[in-house]
Amino acid sequence: MRRLLIAIPYLWLLALFLVPFLIVLKISLSDTALAIPPYTPTIDLSEGWASFRAFLTGLDFENFVWLTEDDLYWKAYLSSLWIAASSTAITLVVGYPIAYAMARSPDEWRATLLMLVILPFWTSFLIRVYAWMGILAQEGLLNQLLLWTGIISEPLTILNTNTAVYIGIVYTYLPFMILPIYAALERMDDSLIEAATDLGCSRMSAFWLVTIPLSKNGIIAGCFLVFIPVIGEFVIPSLLGGSGTLMIGKVLWEEFFNNRDWPVASAVAVILLLILIVPIILFQRNEQRAREMDE
Amino acid sequence: MKHLALCAASTLALATAAFAEEVRVYNWSDYIDEDLLTKFEEETGIDLIYDVFDSNELLETKMLAGGSGYDVVVPSGTFLQRQIAAGAFQKLDMSKLPNADNMWDVIEARTAQYDPGNEYSINYMWGSTGIGVNVGKVKEILGEDAPMGSLSLIFDPANMEKLAECGVHFLDAPAEMIPAALAYLGKNPDSHDKADIEMTEAVFAGIRPYVQKFHSSEYINALANGEICVAFGWSGDILQARDRAAEADNGVEIAYNAPSEGALMWFDQMAIPADAPNPDGAHKFLNFIMDAENMAAASNYVYYANGNLASQPMLEEDVIGDTAIYPDAATLENLYTTTPYDAKTQRVVTRLWTKVKSGT
Repeated sequence: MRRLLIAIPYLWLLALFLVPFLIVLKISLSDTALAIPPYTPTIDLSEGWASFRAFLTGLDFENFVWLTEDDLYWKAYLSSLWIAASSTAITLVVGYPIAYAMARSPDEWRATLLMLVILPFWTSFLIRVYAWMGILAQEGLLNQLLLWTGIISEPLTILNTNTAVYIGIVYTYLPFMILPIYAALERMDDSLIEAATDLGCSRMSAFWLVTIPLSKNGIIAGCFLVFIPVIGEFVIPSLLGGSGTLMIGKVLWEEFFNNRDWPVASAVAVILLLILIVPIILFQRNEQRAREMDE
Repeated sequence: MKHLALCAASTLALATAAFAEEVRVYNWSDYIDEDLLTKFEEETGIDLIYDVFDSNELLETKMLAGGSGYDVVVPSGTFLQRQIAAGAFQKLDMSKLPNADNMWDVIEARTAQYDPGNEYSINYMWGSTGIGVNVGKVKEILGEDAPMGSLSLIFDPANMEKLAECGVHFLDAPAEMIPAALAYLGKNPDSHDKADIEMTEAVFAGIRPYVQKFHSSEYINALANGEICVAFGWSGDILQARDRAAEADNGVEIAYNAPSEGALMWFDQMAIPADAPNPDGAHKFLNFIMDAENMAAASNYVYYANGNLASQPMLEEDVIGDTAIYPDAATLENLYTTTPYDAKTQRVVTRLWTKVKSGT
């Protein structure tokens, strides 16, 4: 019975992660063809073992070699990593004070504040990004407001730049940063702060020495929840970003849709997955070691 | 926004009428008089589910993936040719298409280049790719004798540097932009030679900083609202922008010019995917579209020429009489067509286009 219970999550992983990954990996080792689907070889199981052998010999790594030969790909990976890292940092700086204020607010307000953070999810993500296009456009709400108040005399160009991408990402992913930090802060025992101040700590250093370390797990969880999806983000850069916004999600789209090159697109996806999986594994190892040290 | 509303409406239609006969059509955005869609449903009792796209590349990916679920799709000539070769379409059953007699032999002779014998497709609309200008603003910036009908307007850095401040959009369609740059260089626009194609990179590099956006459908509204003053795009889209600006009476005057160095002539063809769930309904839709009155209504609405001879008496004067839509012999002389790129050339073209857009 116990074995069965343990098997369920592994079955999920197998069905929803490993099998799709193997399919993508298989395509990444194929060649393009003008056919439906547009790559060869494909397995025809009805013809048995011989066709499987023919299939295996048809596979090769040339698509991965191709990725190293053109500087577009590593530049796009680096640029995505950079955008993801810096927008995670901005989201943290914006999100932490919000989570902190929520956790410190009177009990009867908290449910309402929590609701306000979750509320945007009730509207489609796509529509919210479209709304930002209306706000940031040359003739948009933001420019009209700034012109009207006389802060600027010429409309600012924000839409179709990297700035708009950052605004879009920070806006979209902010709840994913706030919620885990809030959960960590809410659980915190207030008497620890009192103890720190009693022992001569200023409020500021009590915050740095007590509150931040105790919310560390929330911060790390929030950062991962933002960083990982942002790396592969496609919708925000393509709607808010300009043509100069280089992100791996867009490169992947172009391989798939403009070149109709499924094998190379799959190779890009496999590498992206490896880039994401390595830090996650390192992080988990680290956590496990810390837990063992505690015990 | 309109697309979103349409998608939502079609999903709703799907949910409420799960058992009625359905035809799913995948057409270009801003490309039909929507009254025709209701008319088709009323005449045939078939539920019409109408989705839109704005790039041939997107459509081709869906076609080559298979199982798109659409009954009628609308690829352009060179894309159609390649998709036929991949086995994506089924031959039309002419016995179900009595209205095919309305079609125009002049256009059929040209589309046969992509679909020999016109066995797989019918022409929906055709047009050219050229320059849309906000006449007032461009004259204000470049003077009265601004080269509004020449590719030098968009490919000469001296002009583009000045135009940048009022906004320039280009199509995000390498298969149309690279032939235009080749025409500007005086080369064969249909060249598949790698060296020729790579020569266009310098042309794009010179003007890249001045292009605000590469996009294939936003320019209609942007031109009409006066947000941009030049767009390189599809003839009818620019004429729709002209019409919207005139309706809004916002002081914006838009004009379309096919470049004097040569303009790409393209044909959008309606075809039925090989795995269409309802090929019978698809034929009914094609026959409905080939009805002279319906086709005239569509052209009067979208400002594109069609391949339907019988519809011509019913076209409005500002459609049939406009040489930007129905070119006279002299303009026709100036139009060129292209052939599909093979996979290797396609890769060169896409890579160059990525480089043009992103700088890497």
